[in-house]
Amino acid sequence: MVDHPTEAGIVLTPEEKRRQRQRNLAIAFALAGLCVIFWVVTIVKGAAILQRPM
Amino acid sequence: MSLVDDTASMNRSALVSQAEPRDFIALLKPRVMSLVVFTALTGIVIAPVGVHPVLAAISLLCIAVGAGASGALNMWYDADIDALMGRTATRPIPSGRVTPGEALAFGLVLSVLSVLVLGLVANWLAAGLLAFTIFFYAVVYTMWLKRWTPQNIVIGGAAGAFPPMIGWAAVTGSISLESFVLFLIIFIWTPPHFWALALIKSEDYARAGVPMLPVACGEAETRRQILLYTLVLAPVGMAPWFLGFAGLTYGLVAAAGGLGMIWLAIEIYRRREGAPARKASGRMFAFSILYLFALFAVLLVEQGVLARIL
Repeated sequence: MVDHPTEAGIVLTPEEKRRQRQRNLAIAFALAGLCVIFWVVTIVKGAAILQRPM
Repeated sequence: MSLVDDTASMNRSALVSQAEPRDFIALLKPRVMSLVVFTALTGIVIAPVGVHPVLAAISLLCIAVGAGASGALNMWYDADIDALMGRTATRPIPSGRVTPGEALAFGLVLSVLSVLVLGLVANWLAAGLLAFTIFFYAVVYTMWLKRWTPQNIVIGGAAGAFPPMIGWAAVTGSISLESFVLFLIIFIWTPPHFWALALIKSEDYARAGVPMLPVACGEAETRRQILLYTLVLAPVGMAPWFLGFAGLTYGLVAAAGGLGMIWLAIEIYRRREGAPARKASGRMFAFSILYLFALFAVLLVEQGVLARIL
């Protein structure tokens, strides 16, 4: 008789869940930072945002 | 039974990431990045055109992230030889904390983002230079030169020399003689700096099969090349003063630093055996970092900070 796991797939250990949460937070902060950068640049450049000199 | 367990463990480590955010930060090579930030900042600050400080800061961030991205791509490609060398065996990929796929994706995403944002914030010349630098380091140096020729670090050193030129271009939208001279200083500084380390770590490189100069051409030739490059570096380091875009303080620091570098290179050339030889190489490696830092710090203060105050 073979015991089948009650949950399909890989079950994360508490440590793996903690690392996953930290990675998710880091990605969230990076994306938020990118949004802030685009917002600040738009404010600083004003109308010049449309001028694209080489 | 143990074979099944081992296979399950391997599948698990391939499917479940063990990485923490600090492992991804390590992929960016923070110590190399700090030198990139410093030299790029000098290029930005000494440029004759004023720029909004926020745009300058974001440009600098893009250059730093681009440099870090090329470091991640380098670690992805070099994971096999990194595992064989004591200095690099604890890096995130050889130690198993980050998978090669994660490192590759991380490096590619940051490369694209840094170039695009720099293009939008500053200009596309600076963005193009940053893209070329990433390509040069990750492809030309890492994938081609590093495992092929003892001149790897000479040509590949160009990648580390571009940041002040990118910083200058981000502000001015052009490449000038001044930014080229800053490029040249780092370009000629890199071989003696890196070969001093390679003399100490030559066994590591030999084990990994990387044809660094001490491995491929011998330690005697490396000592001769260090001395020759340092003799060229000393006057090139003074070029900003000769050309008139640095003041007397810079000239004096560059002259004293250049003499110090030559003296240490002569020490490496003379002391060839045992602990004194290793000590001479270690001192050259440490002093070369101080020398480059001093040149750019004086330039930054003299032509950037003081020129704006006075």
